[in-house]
Amino acid sequence: MTTKSQAVLNWIDERFPLTSSIKGHLTEYYAPKNFNFWYFFGSLALLVLVIQIVTGIFLVMHYKPDASLNAAGVPVAFASVEYIMRDVPGGWLIRYLHSTGASAFFIVVYLHMFRGLLYGSYRKPRELIWIFGTLIFLALMAEAFMGYLLPWGQMSFWGAQVIVNLFSAIPIIGPDLSLVIRGDYVVSDATLNRFFSFHVIAVPLVLIGLVAAHIVALHEVGSNNPDGVEIKKKKDSSGKPLDGIPFHPYYTVKDIVGVVAFLFVFSAVVFFAPEGGGYFLEFNNFLPADPLTTPPHIAPVWYFTPFYSILRAVTYPLFGLDAKFWGVVAMGASVVIIAFLPWLDRSPVKSIRYKGPVFKAALVIFIICFFILGYLGVLPPTPGRTLVSQICSVLYFGFFLLMPWYSQLDKCKPEPERVNFK
Amino acid sequence: MSVDQEMDSGRRTLLLATSAVGGVAAVATAVPFVASLTPSERAKAAGAPVEADVGKLAPGEMMTVEWRGKPVWILRRTPEMLASLDKTDDKVSDPASNKPMQPEYAKNKHRSIKPEYLVTVGICTHLGCSPSEKFKVGAEGGMGADWPGGFLCPCHGSQFDLAGRVYKSMPAPDNLEIPPHKYLADTTILVGDDGKA
Amino acid sequence: MKSRLLSFIKRAAAVALFAPALAMAAGAALHLDKAPVSTDPAALQHGAKVFVNYCLNCHGASFIRYNRLQDIGLSEQMIRDNLLFTGEKTGDLMKIAMQRDDAKVWFGKAPPDLTVVARARASEFGSGADWLYTYLRQFYRDPARPTGWNNAIFANVGMPHVLYELQGEQAAKITQNADGTTHTALELVKPGKLSVAEYDKTIADLVSFLVWMGEPVAEKRKSIGTIVLLFLAGLFVLSYALKKNYWKDIH
Repeated sequence: MTTKSQAVLNWIDERFPLTSSIKGHLTEYYAPKNFNFWYFFGSLALLVLVIQIVTGIFLVMHYKPDASLNAAGVPVAFASVEYIMRDVPGGWLIRYLHSTGASAFFIVVYLHMFRGLLYGSYRKPRELIWIFGTLIFLALMAEAFMGYLLPWGQMSFWGAQVIVNLFSAIPIIGPDLSLVIRGDYVVSDATLNRFFSFHVIAVPLVLIGLVAAHIVALHEVGSNNPDGVEIKKKKDSSGKPLDGIPFHPYYTVKDIVGVVAFLFVFSAVVFFAPEGGGYFLEFNNFLPADPLTTPPHIAPVWYFTPFYSILRAVTYPLFGLDAKFWGVVAMGASVVIIAFLPWLDRSPVKSIRYKGPVFKAALVIFIICFFILGYLGVLPPTPGRTLVSQICSVLYFGFFLLMPWYSQLDKCKPEPERVNFK
Repeated sequence: MSVDQEMDSGRRTLLLATSAVGGVAAVATAVPFVASLTPSERAKAAGAPVEADVGKLAPGEMMTVEWRGKPVWILRRTPEMLASLDKTDDKVSDPASNKPMQPEYAKNKHRSIKPEYLVTVGICTHLGCSPSEKFKVGAEGGMGADWPGGFLCPCHGSQFDLAGRVYKSMPAPDNLEIPPHKYLADTTILVGDDGKA
Repeated sequence: MKSRLLSFIKRAAAVALFAPALAMAAGAALHLDKAPVSTDPAALQHGAKVFVNYCLNCHGASFIRYNRLQDIGLSEQMIRDNLLFTGEKTGDLMKIAMQRDDAKVWFGKAPPDLTVVARARASEFGSGADWLYTYLRQFYRDPARPTGWNNAIFANVGMPHVLYELQGEQAAKITQNADGTTHTALELVKPGKLSVAEYDKTIADLVSFLVWMGEPVAEKRKSIGTIVLLFLAGLFVLSYALKKNYWKDIH
C-alpha cells in the first residue's frame, strides 16, 4: 500500500473504526473451518434482503397505493402493477425479482432456521442471536403479509380480510383492534395506504436493525459449526482459534459460490416460472380486488400455510372463550415458541451428529409435521384434514414443549475435542 | 496483506477472471434498473407527436398545441412581421441560429420550414417560464417605442423577436427551441416528428 | 441418519413446492380441453383481429397499448388502418367507450377487463388458456336465460354468445349422473359460418392472443433467461475454481 493511501486510511481510522471493523468482521473474524452446505443460507438471506430492498425502491417509483377505480373501472393499485409489468422499461423484471424474492426469502430463512435446529446453534452462548433471529422471522412475516396486499388482487384483498379479522378474536379489545388496523370497516383504501407505509419503510427499518443486531451478536460470540464445538476453547500461541479460519477471504470466496448457485436457481424461476406454479403468484391475484365476491377458496401464500393450518386446527372452545380465539393464540404461540428453544433443549451436546436417536426422531417428526401442516394449509378444510392437522399441531408443539424431557433422556455420543475436517 | 504476497499466479488469474465476469454481471443487472428510470410507454404515448390544423389561423394569429406537456406555438406571421426580422438581426445574440436550438431545416432567418409559420416551443430558455406574446409594435404594447413585436418572458424579462431569437444581454442564453415537425398536408403540421429521428 | 434426513427433506420439498396442482376439492372437477396455444405471429394477428371485432366492444383491455401489437408483427400503419377507431392514437390503451354503469344495467355486471384474463383463469384443472378455449366453445341455447344463452362450464354466464354467427347454435342435453352431478352434452343444431374445425382454430387463435396479451414480455423473458442462466453457469465454474484455489491452504 502506498504511503498516500495509508495516510488517508490513518486519517479515517482516527475518526472512524474502519480498519478495525474490517479486521473484526472479515479478515480477522475466525469462523470454524468445517462449515457445510447448511451454512450458505445466512449469507443468502442477506443477499435476498438486499434484492428485496433494491427492487422495492424501484417499484415504489411506479406503484400507486390507491384502491379507487380508474376510468376503465380497475383499481388504480392493480392497474399500476400491470403498468409496471408493461409500460415501465425493465419493470416486469424488477417486479418478478421482487415477487419471487419474497418466496425465496422464506425458503432461505426456513433452511437457515433448520440449520440452527440441526446443529444446536441456539444453545448457550448464542441465545440472543436466536432471539434476534426469531424476531427477524416475525418481522419478515409482517413484511410479507402487508406487501401481499399491495397488488390489490382478489387474494391480496381476501387474505388481508381474513388475517386482520384474526385480531378481532382477541377478547374485549379485538373488534376495535381490527378496526384500528384496517382504518375502516372493511379492508379499503385506508388499509392499503397504511400497509404500504409499513411495508416500504416501517418494517424494513426494523428488519435492518434486527439483522444488524443478529450479526453483531454472532460476531461477538463466534459461529457455531456442524460439530457444535466451541472453536475458541482451543487456541494457538498467538490467540487464534486452531479450528478457525479468517472469514475473508476463505468464506467470502465460498459464499460467492453459494450466491452464484442460488442466483442460478432464482433466475430460473424468475425467467421461466415467475408464477411458481401458482404458489409464488397466485392465479386469483390476477383478478382485481372485489369486496363483493370472495373467490371459492382462500389460501395464504405458501410460506404462511404451516401456521395457518395450526390456526384452523383449533376447533374447541375453552374457558368460555371461543375456538377462534384459541386458534389465534395457537398460531401466535407456534411462532413465538421458537424463541424459547435455547432453554428447552437440555441435551449435553449441541449438534445432531452427537445427539441420540430420540432427538433425531423428534426432529424428523417435527419436520414431517411442518410439511404436512404447510400442505394442508393450501387446501380447503375437510373433517379428515382437520383431524390430521390437529395431530400435526399437537406434535409440532410437542417437539418444543417435551424437549426438556426427551433431550435429557437421550443417549448422546461424546462431542469431539476438535472439529471434523476432511 | 499476507494473502496478497503469497498469491500464486493461478489464484491471481482466477481472481481477475471472476471479478471481471462478476463485474459484467453487476453491470448487466443494473440495466433494467436504469432503464426503469427512463420515460415509460405511458409517457411516450402522452408525448407522441400531435397534429395541428393551421388552416383556420388568420395572419398575425397564434395557436398553442400541447406536445410532451409543453406549449408549442404556431404563429402565422404577416409580411410585416417577417420584415421585422431584418430589423432585429443586429439586436439578437444569435441571428444566424448557429446554436443547435432548431432542426437543420429551420436554421434560416425565419427559423421555420415555411417562412409564414413559426413553430416553436413556448418555454423560455432561461428557467422554463412561458413567455407572453407582445405582438403590438412600438410603445403601444408597453415595450418601448422601437419594439418591433415579439415575446417577453414575465419571469426574468427576457425578450425574443418574432422568430423566437433572444435579444442580446438577456437572462435567457438561447433562442426558443424549434421542435422537430413536418407538414403532413399544406396546412396540417405534425409536431414532434419530422420523419428523421 | 443425516443423509437420509436430507434426502427426505429434499423429496418433501419437491412435492410441496412443485406439486402440479392444488387438489382443491371444493366444487366439482372441471374437465377442460387442452388449448393449442400458438406463438406464431399469423395466429396471434388473427386472434387480435377477432378480439378487436368481437370482444373489445364490451370488454376493455386497459393495460395494453395498441402499439404493443407491433410485437406480434403488425406495423404501426396496419394497426392504425385496421384496429383503431377515429380519434384514437396507436399509443392509446385498448379501452372501450361503453359506460360501466350502462354495462352493469345491460349485463347485470360490468364485463371484466380481459388484459390478464388468461393468467387469472388458470386453476388446478388447467391453464387459463385451457379454460378460455373450453369456455368459448361451449355456449348453448337456453331460453330460460335473459340472453338466451348459457355455458357448459360457466353456468348462468352473463355474456351472450357473441360468436354464434361463426359457431352456429348448440343445444345441451343435460343428464343426471349416478352420484347426483350433472353431465352436459352439447350438440351443434344449427351450423354457423365456420365449420367446427375452423371455429376451433379461430378460438385457438383468439386464446393464443389472450395468452400473449396476458404477458407480452413472456417470450423475451425466456430468451433473456437463457442467456442469464448460461452466464451464471460460467460464473459458477469460475467462482468454484477460485474457492478451490483458496481452500487448498486449509488443512
